[in-house]
Amino acid sequence: MATSVEWNETAVEMASARLHVARAGSGRPVLVLHHDIGSPGRLDFYDALAHRFDVIVPHHPGYGRSERPQWLRNVRDVAVVYQSLLAALEIDRVSLIGLGFGGWIAAEMATMAPREFHRLVLVGAMGVKPPEGDIFDQAIVSYLDYARAGFHDQQAFAHIYGDVSTDQLVEWDLCREMSFRIAWKPYMYNPTLPHLLGGVRTPALVVWGDDDKIVPKSAGERYAALLPKARLVTVRAAGHCVEMEQPDELATLVSGFIDEN
Amino acid sequence: MFVMYFTEQPMSTYPADIGLEVGHTALMFSNKHFDPVAGSRLYNEYLEHYIYAEEQGVEGFMLNEHHNAPFCMQAKCNIFASILAAVTKKAKIVLLGNPLPLAENPVRLAEELSMIDMISKGRLVPGIVRGGGQESLAAGVNPAYNRERFQEAHDLIVAAWTRQGPFRWEGTHYQHRVVNPWAVPLQKPYPRIWVPGVLSQETIIWAAQQRYPYIALNTSIEATKKIWELYDKVALETGYEAGPENRGYLQQVHVSDSEEKAEKNARQFLWMQGEFTGLAHPVWSNPSGYFSPTLRRNFVEFAVGRAENPRGRPTFEQQVADGRVFFGTPKTVIPKLRRVLEETRPSIYGIWGNDGTVSNEDARTCIRLLGQEVMPAMREIGKELGLKDPFELNSPVHLRYSNDLKQMPQAAE
Repeated sequence: MATSVEWNETAVEMASARLHVARAGSGRPVLVLHHDIGSPGRLDFYDALAHRFDVIVPHHPGYGRSERPQWLRNVRDVAVVYQSLLAALEIDRVSLIGLGFGGWIAAEMATMAPREFHRLVLVGAMGVKPPEGDIFDQAIVSYLDYARAGFHDQQAFAHIYGDVSTDQLVEWDLCREMSFRIAWKPYMYNPTLPHLLGGVRTPALVVWGDDDKIVPKSAGERYAALLPKARLVTVRAAGHCVEMEQPDELATLVSGFIDEN
Repeated sequence: MFVMYFTEQPMSTYPADIGLEVGHTALMFSNKHFDPVAGSRLYNEYLEHYIYAEEQGVEGFMLNEHHNAPFCMQAKCNIFASILAAVTKKAKIVLLGNPLPLAENPVRLAEELSMIDMISKGRLVPGIVRGGGQESLAAGVNPAYNRERFQEAHDLIVAAWTRQGPFRWEGTHYQHRVVNPWAVPLQKPYPRIWVPGVLSQETIIWAAQQRYPYIALNTSIEATKKIWELYDKVALETGYEAGPENRGYLQQVHVSDSEEKAEKNARQFLWMQGEFTGLAHPVWSNPSGYFSPTLRRNFVEFAVGRAENPRGRPTFEQQVADGRVFFGTPKTVIPKLRRVLEETRPSIYGIWGNDGTVSNEDARTCIRLLGQEVMPAMREIGKELGLKDPFELNSPVHLRYSNDLKQMPQAAE
């Protein structure tokens, strides 16, 4: 990106836990919801969005730099926490961008407030049971192998995570523990969500990496079929972490979608 | 002194070469390698071993369970306990134990154990465990709530045994409209609960707070002494003084009629430790949320293959030198065990006698020598050292039944 982006980091007290929230840019508000492996502090994709929008990137409760609410038991709870966050920040007509696990949260939020959001973008979203295949089970592989499985190209993984510090491994373990606490069974989907997606009025863009080894593309097809105003787009040479492997392409795709009338 | 016999009941006939090739023999090691014909034979041999053991003078059997792995064939310790309750007469049946967090319905577990206690005419010691991490994965039970479920299931089971029904249970992990089991234990106030463990401090502290004996599972002598230090400290803080009656120790001891044969068979203890096949991926044994948060930083490096197992992987010779594995004839083994008893002063001692591919004949020889010679000698040494067990002392089954608690100093305002 040509110009650097200033990110403002704050802690917001929400549902008896302190949430870490990063925010940058101006324009239409965009809430970006990260993966189950947390999120690096900065990503080219976030910066690209911040050049055009008011971008809000929280760490999910119990992930990264956000405190763990001991009471939290399911992903729909997380969606409610974010509804409260948006209310506290007093922003309306938000566009939701959900990445993987964050896509599940975004989809839950959209069903809770069918007319509330401007746009819904689901990228390799978990949350529905794939009609074919299963969501990859992180419980049986190491943190490193799971994170790597999110990439089509291991050089892209190395570009983001480098040699992988012990701090990063600890963070992944904490993220995994939190995912177990709220999404253990059924693993990474909500059986009632598909029945509620039909009520969503928000226009939706469903994006899938053509080499997503974490969530089968059939889940994307299911989302696209169930959401009334949705289309499915595949990004080439990308795994599950499309925003890390093809940041410019995804940013262009998403920006165009948010700005279109 | 109470001495009991233990074996993991190994499924020793699986193809070890394939295990070696695959690199692990747990959780995901395919059950296509399980041979039910051999399984049928082995289950019956193991049953015969306990019956034989009682005939040879063994006063207790320790049983356990594991899942999805050849190192232990028992998938439900209550099943063997039920059979032994009927076919044996005097030996205590010590379960170490039922993995409580795996229970979706602890009331049913309470009923099963009550039945076993009644059928055995009060010989049951229903110990409890958290279950290994891979057991959580095998059972599909959330590892992140393992400890919470362990404690709540315990509270519910004890309530089902001691409170008059019907009553309601609205817990965090368990909710029951009606708790009113029509089977309650014969032993009052309830059968003695013992808690085995390997290293997690939280379990030692919890056991000491309940005044439940803690059984150190195959830990080194030094590690065992550290466990007692922690237990004793928590006991004092809780208001009582811990003694041998609070301490149990399980060790690997194979005896035979010759030193050579004993050593050859004792090497089979490494079979279970993965010397031949490897056991499991670290994240199966310790799923996120299962282990103590204090160990997280050390563990993650090991889990991704960057560091050695923090618990180490000592050689057979090292384990013999450290006093973790013993072998010999009764004559050579008894003095070694005397030193262990002198140093660690447990009143409950488990002898893990046979493992791996030890033949049926050699296993029976071991059991005979344990029952006829080693265990009686240990009971005499126990008397000499004043190692009185919970049965001899009739010590409180739980802290709440204590009548010797000291007034704890009140915290300053």
